[in-house]
Amino acid sequence: MVMRRTVGLVAAATATALVVAGCGGGGPQSDGDEKVTGGAIVLGVLNDQSGAYSELSGRNSVTAVELAIADFQAKYGDRAVTTDISVRSADHQNKPDLANSKAQEMYDRQGVDLILDVPTSSAALRVADVAQEKRRLYFNISAATTDLTGKSCNKYTFHYAYDTYMLANGTGRTTTEQVGRNWYILYPNYAFGQDMEKSFSAAIADAGGRVVGKDGAPFPNTSGDYSSYLLKAATLDPKPDVLGTMQAGAELVNVVKQYNEFALRDKGVGLAVGLMFITDIHSLTPAALAGTTYTDAWYWNFDQQNREFADRFQQETGTRPSFAHAANYSAATQYLEAVQAAGTDDADEIVAELEGKEVNDVFLRNGKIRAEDHRVIHDAYLAQVKPQSEVTEEWDYVRILDTIPAEEAFRAPSPDCTL
Amino acid sequence: MTAFLQSTFNGLVSGAFYALLALGLAVIFGMLRVVNFAHGAFYMLGAFGAYVLLAEAGVPFWVALAVVPLALALLGMALERAFIHRLTRLDPLYNFLLTFGLTLILQDLVKLRYGVQSSPYEVPAGLRGSVDFGLFDFPTYRVFILGFAVAVCVGVWWALARTRVGMVVRAATERPELTRALGINVGRWITPVFGFGIALAGLAGVLAAPMRAVNPLMGADLIIVVFAVVVIGGLGSIFGSVAAGFGIGMVQAWAEAYLSAFPIVAQTIVFIVMAAVLLWRPAGLFGRAEAPA
Repeated sequence: MVMRRTVGLVAAATATALVVAGCGGGGPQSDGDEKVTGGAIVLGVLNDQSGAYSELSGRNSVTAVELAIADFQAKYGDRAVTTDISVRSADHQNKPDLANSKAQEMYDRQGVDLILDVPTSSAALRVADVAQEKRRLYFNISAATTDLTGKSCNKYTFHYAYDTYMLANGTGRTTTEQVGRNWYILYPNYAFGQDMEKSFSAAIADAGGRVVGKDGAPFPNTSGDYSSYLLKAATLDPKPDVLGTMQAGAELVNVVKQYNEFALRDKGVGLAVGLMFITDIHSLTPAALAGTTYTDAWYWNFDQQNREFADRFQQETGTRPSFAHAANYSAATQYLEAVQAAGTDDADEIVAELEGKEVNDVFLRNGKIRAEDHRVIHDAYLAQVKPQSEVTEEWDYVRILDTIPAEEAFRAPSPDCTL
Repeated sequence: MTAFLQSTFNGLVSGAFYALLALGLAVIFGMLRVVNFAHGAFYMLGAFGAYVLLAEAGVPFWVALAVVPLALALLGMALERAFIHRLTRLDPLYNFLLTFGLTLILQDLVKLRYGVQSSPYEVPAGLRGSVDFGLFDFPTYRVFILGFAVAVCVGVWWALARTRVGMVVRAATERPELTRALGINVGRWITPVFGFGIALAGLAGVLAAPMRAVNPLMGADLIIVVFAVVVIGGLGSIFGSVAAGFGIGMVQAWAEAYLSAFPIVAQTIVFIVMAAVLLWRPAGLFGRAEAPA
């Protein structure tokens, strides 16, 4: 029954496409052999469009994907494998169940060839299952869990921008080497926070540092208060040089505001943040975060190429792009390039096209799509928030201390992953 | 010892927010028999009010502290007249749903205009730095919040105990039919009391702006704890709400400081206390059991 319905849908879609193609005088898809399903490529952006992660990615990532399509069409014109490329988007509200059903709807009913983005690790993992079951492509951008390229990896899932290992390795290792050896780690007590704490502790130990204390704060922290932990940090023996906070979004804002209230920096405890986006700095103001170090996957004002993209992005959206926006642009671009090169949107052929490919674009520097686990590796950056006095342009809040080469930035392929 | 005093102090500061919010809820529930689910949204509007006044008009914290609660009281009174008032004769569930709906609308309106990312708000210039208490020093702004909240609670208690309006409110809260039978016009005071409860939520919001993330959802998590506080104190008990507010703040801070090896305890302690209190005294610590009919 389900089978029949699917066949019916495909037939209907094909018929529609043929009619449309007929009206338009025929495109590349009208020459008989159906290389691209229905003559159309549909990209689906599935992310948080109203909640905590809607600013760092959200609707503006849809705009980023639209920019990628426009660039692809401008580059190939009539030579493009198809001219009919569109974007669908949906709000998963960071709920795994909703992400699951929206992903099925996208693949089955909206003819989506590739799902992009999907923040929130638990939701991201559910979508990976759907991709595997439907044998359709999925590029995860905004979720952090290394399970996407570990025990939950599969042939159709690629993990693009960052993960907990990259964050811990960058921030944990370099901060230990450059700022101080003793750490106090504060993390939200759920999957992401626990994962981050483990990754950071390992990276700190590897770099010769020591975790003198760590606490899991309630999640969600309904009282909004972190003072017990902040006070404790200052009284530990030996005194920590660095407070590493793994909180994200509004909880990070609470931690930083209270870190400043208790003047921990003046007491010799520096601040390192596990995961931070440019949008977080914008809302906290650089003054509140001055001197904080963190690992960034991409920075809009790193070089001229990034800046040109950021200018176009700002024209469309009114804000500067976060790394998630740039990564969505890059992921859509690389997918379309692969379709163009393979001459088809068949998922298995695209996977073959992508595996092992070395890529450089506005987001990926020294990028490589690893065949072993589908981790997309690229250079990462250790960033430090500038003091207010050095901020001369809105959104230009950090300086890049160090570039972490792609091979070092990400973990080696995990033995847990069999594609 | 120092650590204990510090965490107790912190607990009292968190408790100050719970107490201000719970007090407003208790007054409203007492007078209107309405469980105001929108209380958290008004707290959020208080913080946003302070932010908007500062960002768009350069109005400082101190002015916002007076203006924002007043403006919210007017908004609350308008909403009471327009909607809540019409449903008070029906099952309380109707107003519960109405205020829940209001919460969603208010949150989304703010989201629409300001997004979900937190908006910046700094500690006012005069209250930066810290106060030295000998054994430990403590951020000045927190000392201010604690003093201010205690003063407000004492002020409200005085008003309830000593003024004519207060007597009417207390009488109407505890024996509504009898009060009406004595020829006192209770209805006249319903709208102002609702406005007053909302003003307290707004006040808590303004106080929260410099130390908490100011975003559209800031009231949504907090309000659940505040409901637990009200239940622990005894539904409708004005003293109970304040005492339970400060008490729960301290219990939470102690749990975070001394049970940090078990984060799950700090996370759920409020509800553990609530369950224990309900088993022991079903009407809450300071509530009176419903008289048998």
